[in-house]
Amino acid sequence: MVTVTIAVIQFGGSNCDRDSVQALESLGFDADLVWHEDGLPADVDGIMLPGGFSYGDYLRAGAMAARSPIMEEVRDAADDGTPVLGVCNGAQIGCESSLTPGVFTTNESARFQCEHVHLRVENADTPWTRHYEEGDVVELPIAHGEGRYEITDERLDDLEADDRIIFKYCDAEGNVTPEANPNGSKHAVAGVTGEADHVAVMMPHPERASLDDLGRTDGKPVLQGFAD
Amino acid sequence: MTAFTATVTVRLKRGVLDPEAETTQRQLERLGFELSDLRSADRFEIDLDAESAEDAAERAEEMAERLLANPTIHDYDVEVAERE
Repeated sequence: MVTVTIAVIQFGGSNCDRDSVQALESLGFDADLVWHEDGLPADVDGIMLPGGFSYGDYLRAGAMAARSPIMEEVRDAADDGTPVLGVCNGAQIGCESSLTPGVFTTNESARFQCEHVHLRVENADTPWTRHYEEGDVVELPIAHGEGRYEITDERLDDLEADDRIIFKYCDAEGNVTPEANPNGSKHAVAGVTGEADHVAVMMPHPERASLDDLGRTDGKPVLQGFAD
Repeated sequence: MTAFTATVTVRLKRGVLDPEAETTQRQLERLGFELSDLRSADRFEIDLDAESAEDAAERAEEMAERLLANPTIHDYDVEVAERE
């Protein structure tokens, strides 16, 4: 098997970095922690921006990390076709750095929420979702205070029209309802792609649902996206 | 060069939900205050030296564009005053 090397970028305050490495390695990837000040290694096949609280969420979640020098390298790599996945704080960083559209901001509840949610696969034709079927319901954990997806109505309509929303919050039967939306995200958006679908961000944690020993493994297919 | 303070105020665009402001308003109401609405904003006071007030304002605007505000959800304004 060809070795696929994924760089998991560590910022000060990242705390899902080692979980991400463990989950990726369990799927057969070669996953390396990369401290942001060390710069992006030349030979990576994929980049993961893990969860946590980079820079203490000062100013806005992800705002500081998004403007760190390594993110320019991440953007260049993404432009060259390297897959990039941002999860939770990594999703906030992705949006703050304009890799992906919109912004993740304060939950409607104004509280930190740590719970399991259901997601409906909206577009199964991306690297991150192609091991699911469209309409599949998956269960993943969330753990965030700033996960409410915000964007102008006009741009949201464009995202819908262009099939760039990959996951929406739903109930266990797959119905997208206000009650099943944990944080007040517009159109219940939980994950979205960049202009090209090899770049994506999502607030729920696939890496926390990828190890057989821990029960649910609904998140594995997302991480398998790095292989394609 | 003249010493200025540029004050950048960053606020949510009208229509963008502000759960923290709503929570604060509810708490004020619990304390017995009567109010119609409450909006919160972030204010940054930036001391800088510049050739002119216009130059100071331009630099502060660029700071707002590149970091202090997120154009998806924020509006901002800049005021410049000479510093003693």
